Amino acid sequence: MTATSVRGTGTPSGRQRAVTERAERTIRRRRVRSSLMVGLMYVAAALAILPLLLIVIHLIRLGATSVNWAFFTQMQRPPGEGGGGMANAIVGTLIIIAIASGVGLPVGIGAGLYLAEKRVTMLATTVRFLADVLNGLPSIVMGIFAWELLVKPVRHFSALAGGIALGAMMVPMVTRTTEEMVRLVPISLREAALALGYSRWRTALSIVLRTALGGIVTGALVAMARIAGETAPLLFTALGNQFWSTALRGPIAALPLQIFNYAISPYDEWHAQAWAGALVLVGIVFVISLAARVATRRRFGAGD
Amino acid sequence: MSRRDAASAPATDGTAAAPTSSTVRIAVAELNAYFGAVHAVRHVSVDLADRSVTAIIGPSGCGKSTFLRCLNRMHETVPTARVDGRVLLDGYDIYGEGISPVAVRRQVGMVFQRPTPFPTMSIRENVAAGLVIADKRPSGNATDEIIERALKRAALWDEVRDRLKTSATGLSGGQQQRLCIARALATDPEVLLLDEPTASLDPISTQKVEELIYELRTDVTVVIVTHNLQQAARVSDQTAFFLGGELIEVAPTETMFTSPSDERTESYITGRFG
Repeated sequence: MTATSVRGTGTPSGRQRAVTERAERTIRRRRVRSSLMVGLMYVAAALAILPLLLIVIHLIRLGATSVNWAFFTQMQRPPGEGGGGMANAIVGTLIIIAIASGVGLPVGIGAGLYLAEKRVTMLATTVRFLADVLNGLPSIVMGIFAWELLVKPVRHFSALAGGIALGAMMVPMVTRTTEEMVRLVPISLREAALALGYSRWRTALSIVLRTALGGIVTGALVAMARIAGETAPLLFTALGNQFWSTALRGPIAALPLQIFNYAISPYDEWHAQAWAGALVLVGIVFVISLAARVATRRRFGAGD
Repeated sequence: MSRRDAASAPATDGTAAAPTSSTVRIAVAELNAYFGAVHAVRHVSVDLADRSVTAIIGPSGCGKSTFLRCLNRMHETVPTARVDGRVLLDGYDIYGEGISPVAVRRQVGMVFQRPTPFPTMSIRENVAAGLVIADKRPSGNATDEIIERALKRAALWDEVRDRLKTSATGLSGGQQQRLCIARALATDPEVLLLDEPTASLDPISTQKVEELIYELRTDVTVVIVTHNLQQAARVSDQTAFFLGGELIEVAPTETMFTSPSDERTESYITGRFG
């Protein structure tokens, strides 16, 4: 008792001092390592956004001068005349996105709901696996397939074929996000609805789906943004069109196609138009992504 | 009426005694429930009197919640779950051929351990959630009246009358639970099943819910699962003790808590296990 109290209050022994010093050294070493790691992460984060930043700066530098009112309202002009715009391609892209969403969203959301409800059945596991495979399918393959199925039999290119090809690409993305979002809905809510006398399908639609809606909308918008810039599937389906056309059964212009055609042309003014088209396309994707963010924010804010 | 008399009437000694007066609303005979290979409820037979409160007590995992979920066919919503035996509601077997579980659940309401308001709906829509799927959907005015009545019965009306259109998730836990009770009552069920309804509530909310249960017995048959023996003693007319999936003893609550006939019941009630 006495011995310990003397040791406790008296001057620290050599051994104790050594222990304290070692502890301090350890802490110092950890601090250094910590700041090194944090620094590396800053570098990684900067590198991650660097390509986007460079692309946007580049696009603005080269394309901004050609983005004017005429670009949105006029059609393309022959090289040498100057001016003109991509009104038909912008409208065409919007029409194709609409067709793709009309095809992809109902199928994707329905399939996602099915996967979330069934979970472990043989069929559900298979569908889930195939959705992942489809998600990884090169888009050019999707284009060839759509050509074989939708263009070749009717012997002409069409906006419909392009929209359906892109819609098919949306399906697996929407399926998986819907499944994830529906699974986040607590089982207790499902049970509460069932106990109230809701049938299975009614529980799934009016309680589960409605609760997960915010997340599903976000997923749908992200998928739309993904397919908005797809070019390969449109090459043999929508084909592109240098004239104004909104006919679903005929070839239609689309921004990615127009950019491609202009970029490989030998004319400088068309190159400038291509840059402007790229800028507008990035703008459309940006707006859709922003909408997705807003939808997400509202979902999490709904609680209070 | 004679509900207190029913409760204090002498029980036939021994197990599985039926209440001696008033009509039987639910008659359970040889009920077995399984989760896969696990035999969770074993050979349970019991009668529940009309307009009475039956408390179900027992240690965790004794099958009392599973038993409760057999009374409105919620047990079978769990994958691999199975039920056999008979549950007669007013003489009709709810597991009989051609009886839809959805129809059963509309007559037998249920409230869970944790409040489960629908987060996308307002307070009003929550209470009306069972009404909008009813076969005969009430008109707008009638719906308003039903909602007000249900909220009053659940002792929540005064607290929410000014904000019926706001989100139900803005309510406190106790209020949410009473909202769930109101939601279950709005469709006028004959039977109300409560699965530990106060387990996640504070003492004041618990007291309110208990008072509510006490008042409900005038027109609903209530079955309540509880871990709280005092609660069982306070609110119920009849108490059933479960152990290891079996119904050990059922008797008027007073008898049960003063002179249980089974040794195991006595041990549990006096706190020797569980």
